[in-house]
Amino acid sequence: MSTVSATAGSIPATRPKYGSMSRDRRWALRWSYFFLVLFAIFFLTPPIYMFITSLKTSAEISAATNPWWVYNPTLGNYAELLTSPSYLTYFRNSAIVSIFTVTITMLISVPAAFALSRMRFWGSATLATGVFLTYLIPETLLFLPLFKMFAVFNEWTGIELINRWWVLLLLYPTLTVPFCTWIMIGYFASIPKELDEAALMDGANYRQILTRVFIPVALPGLIAATIFAFTVSWAQFLYPLAFTTSADQLVLPVGIITSLIKGDVFNWGQIMTGALLGAAPPLIIYAFLMDYYIAGLTAGATKG
Amino acid sequence: MVDAVLNETRAVPQRSVRQRTGLRKAMQRKSTIAFLMALPLILLIVLLVLYPALYSIHLATLNKSMERFVGFGNFLFLFKRETFWMVVQQSCIFAITAVVFKAIIGFFVAHFVHNIPSKGQRKWRGMLLVPWVIPPAMSTLAWLWLFDPSYSAFNWIFALFGIGPIPWTGDAYWARFSVILVNVWIGAPFFMIMYLAALKSVPEQLYEAAAIDGANFWQRMWFVTLPMMRNIIAITALFSLIVTFANFDIVRILTAGGPIDKTHVFATWSFRVGIEGGDIPLGATVSLFMVPILTIAAIFILRDITRRGNEA
Repeated sequence: MSTVSATAGSIPATRPKYGSMSRDRRWALRWSYFFLVLFAIFFLTPPIYMFITSLKTSAEISAATNPWWVYNPTLGNYAELLTSPSYLTYFRNSAIVSIFTVTITMLISVPAAFALSRMRFWGSATLATGVFLTYLIPETLLFLPLFKMFAVFNEWTGIELINRWWVLLLLYPTLTVPFCTWIMIGYFASIPKELDEAALMDGANYRQILTRVFIPVALPGLIAATIFAFTVSWAQFLYPLAFTTSADQLVLPVGIITSLIKGDVFNWGQIMTGALLGAAPPLIIYAFLMDYYIAGLTAGATKG
Repeated sequence: MVDAVLNETRAVPQRSVRQRTGLRKAMQRKSTIAFLMALPLILLIVLLVLYPALYSIHLATLNKSMERFVGFGNFLFLFKRETFWMVVQQSCIFAITAVVFKAIIGFFVAHFVHNIPSKGQRKWRGMLLVPWVIPPAMSTLAWLWLFDPSYSAFNWIFALFGIGPIPWTGDAYWARFSVILVNVWIGAPFFMIMYLAALKSVPEQLYEAAAIDGANFWQRMWFVTLPMMRNIIAITALFSLIVTFANFDIVRILTAGGPIDKTHVFATWSFRVGIEGGDIPLGATVSLFMVPILTIAAIFILRDITRRGNEA
């Protein structure tokens, strides 16, 4: 629309030829498609190459053939990984940690967001800002003090926290809760006050307002927050790398890197298969719930 | 419950609250409930974010075995090491270059997506966001394999054009380039999505008005699109600056800091020193150097958010 009117405006002065506006528009469209294809190739090459490699045998990978083509496709890598106890352990650990993290995150952040957006208490405004600031503190700043804290905790109480998969359930919420609370505050604040006033009139208490009014109305936000929490905990790499070491405690990203790379021997077929399978859950969620995913992405900066 | 209703309308002045103790009690009760609902959040933030952040400052003043107070000893020790200055330099180059390229690529791709008919936009947008969705640790592995010294699939293509094998991760400069390339690849889609959302929010009338005034493509871009998107551009770049500056996964997997520590950033070096080297105080000191830049970015983001909060 804008291009059309732009050229239409300049027709009398520069372009006497009629119909140039639609030609301009067509060229803009062609160039857009051309560059989009170019960028799509750039963006999709690594995942596609993962897939190509995952179908190859070790012999084919080390042969000096065209790396971009599979001559003898095989599902051997998949079969081997999906029957390998260690890989299944990593996958299970990742799934358990992520599901629990999502649950914990929601249990903490939804009531907190409700309290912060609707019920004022002393320091609630400061806390809301503080929640946002916490989101800006990266995990790379906290892993060393946390590591030392857990060691000291072990000395005091005798409870070993390091090298236990469930310690991740303490750590991951620090990454997910602040952002989820923040976007839930945004969603809750956008619910008209009349709605909870009406519910109060009808004799609902706060718990009922939250579960019967706020959660159903803000469901899209809740789904977006859930997706965010899941993808963050599924993808987290630094905390498991620093805090877990023995094979049965590892989660997927660390497991693939430490166990499939043995010394200098890289079994690339299996590494790529493992990585692809590890990338599958977030990708599947994204494929089905793309709009919620994107809503969660943009909410952090556009809401507030 | 009626008390609560009055309360909700927040038109009740302070004086009448004092007159009626029942109302006041209700108010107290309400704020108590609210506080209890927010308590897990407060505990989490205080115990697992705030306390460790302050604790790392304390750690930075201890010696390696964490028994003796050394004041600024760790800082002075770092200032004398060449590797440290290399890490500072590399972190800044890495973060700034990556954010700039992410912003530029994101900006143009967003425009291309915005240009095409709206029924195809969803498909393209979905495809172009894939790098952001794949866990970085997994996709960096794919890049590591694409960069493999002996079987690099990129070098295979380049060899067809007679371009010699490129040491993607072997040579210091190429390794820096590779690390930035992977970061741009992962982060550009995020910018694209944010800018696309911003582009959609620019009212069409502004472009029509500009067109009537005879503005050409670049003028429309400069005087309409950019000012309307300024907020989003700034806040996305600041967010990304924080994330990129504190990045760990990509450098760790792709180069592990090598060759000869040339690609270490603060996060990976503090991991190397603190966890692998067993010198937690020194590692904490290294990671503390991220704080100034993070603070500056956070202040700007916060200012932007509170300002928009006031406008709304």
